[in-house]
Amino acid sequence: MLYLVCYDVNTETKEGRRRLRKVAQACKNFGQRAQKSVFEVDLTPSQYTSLVIALLKIINEEEDSLRIYHIEEPLDRNVESWGCQSLIDISKGVVL
Amino acid sequence: MEVALNTLFITTEPAYLKLDHDTVVVEREEEPTKTLPLLAFSSIVLCGRITLSYALIARCAADGRTITFLDSNGRFRARVEGPVSGNVLLRQAQYIALGNEAKTTALARNFVAGKIENTRRNIMRAARESGDAASEEALRATGSRLRVSLDRLRTASDIAVVRGIEGEAAHLWFGVFNHMLLADRDCFSIAGRSRRPPLDASNALLSFLYTLIVHDCRSALEGVGLDPQAGFLHTLRAGRVSLALDLAEEFRPILGDRLALTLINRKQVMPRDFIVRSGGAVQFTDEARKRVLLSYVERKRDVVGHPASGRKIPLGLVPHLQARLLARFIRGELEEYPPFVLA
Repeated sequence: MLYLVCYDVNTETKEGRRRLRKVAQACKNFGQRAQKSVFEVDLTPSQYTSLVIALLKIINEEEDSLRIYHIEEPLDRNVESWGCQSLIDISKGVVL
Repeated sequence: MEVALNTLFITTEPAYLKLDHDTVVVEREEEPTKTLPLLAFSSIVLCGRITLSYALIARCAADGRTITFLDSNGRFRARVEGPVSGNVLLRQAQYIALGNEAKTTALARNFVAGKIENTRRNIMRAARESGDAASEEALRATGSRLRVSLDRLRTASDIAVVRGIEGEAAHLWFGVFNHMLLADRDCFSIAGRSRRPPLDASNALLSFLYTLIVHDCRSALEGVGLDPQAGFLHTLRAGRVSLALDLAEEFRPILGDRLALTLINRKQVMPRDFIVRSGGAVQFTDEARKRVLLSYVERKRDVVGHPASGRKIPLGLVPHLQARLLARFIRGELEEYPPFVLA
């Protein structure tokens, strides 16, 4: 299933900037960056749980926010995109 | 059971792959660097001169993710393998079965039966779809001859006879191959099987697809802990993955032959996609190879009925299920190994 992960991390402190880098890396481990703090991740239920656990360990719920949208199939009807970005459809196999 | 069916293919050479946390970073000349999550892939296939960082190799070995090196024509070059995994008792049972003539013959017979039945279904389907009366008749005649081969196979008690029937059936298939072509007949007609090197476009396409099937069957066997080299139908030879070749037999008609015909007949591969080298060897263009790889991966995602388990699963998962059935037969938990037949 495809999910959209968005986050806002308060970067006023050094600690906050550190959390931002960690959140971004955790998202990269599971999916692809769509925009600066927006990731598309295509995961099985167990992988999804791992991602959420990983993210909740990093963020500070007092200062940061995390939103995850569950995207329904069919993706070609429910996801539209304009402009420049280089997302690859991993689910269909990747040939580089 | 959760098997990610995805394979990461790298076909642009030169390229450099490295590990960054849980991602693989692909660096290529004059192309933006790509970062992809490792968890999306269960294997990596490299075509041509691609280099990898030590960290990525070590990580893939630890996770049991296979890395296969092919040359730019799709021929097998090398493979990176982690520590031997799986069950030593299962492997012991496999080696004992190898010395047991009845068990060896029974297995060889069923691999070949799966291949012939799937081939026969391809041919009968092509006969239905053929617009040409002469082709249809030739195809139906071959279909009935394959049915006779299947009957003979049932009573074959000698492995040499099984191998003979397999050879005959393969010969019959290649004999009617040209009748199944609906497009670009001049380019894709074949005079028979040729390999190392393939001498025409169809043989180049088939060889390439067969290499991919064997790669997948090998991963499936290793996944259940069987030794992919200790085969029953194919004789043992150093460095040859005989059991993977055995298991591949039932999938060749489905993922190889039929896919090749579909690609040709739908004009997804065309004469201009092939280059003839000096000496007569025929090769793909880079762009066509990518297209074929993507079609192969797409085909593996098609959901099919799996008769032995009564489930509907992606075709790409079937080799993994068949490997499990094979392990159960080898352990003596199943009376017979049921080859996969596509409905």
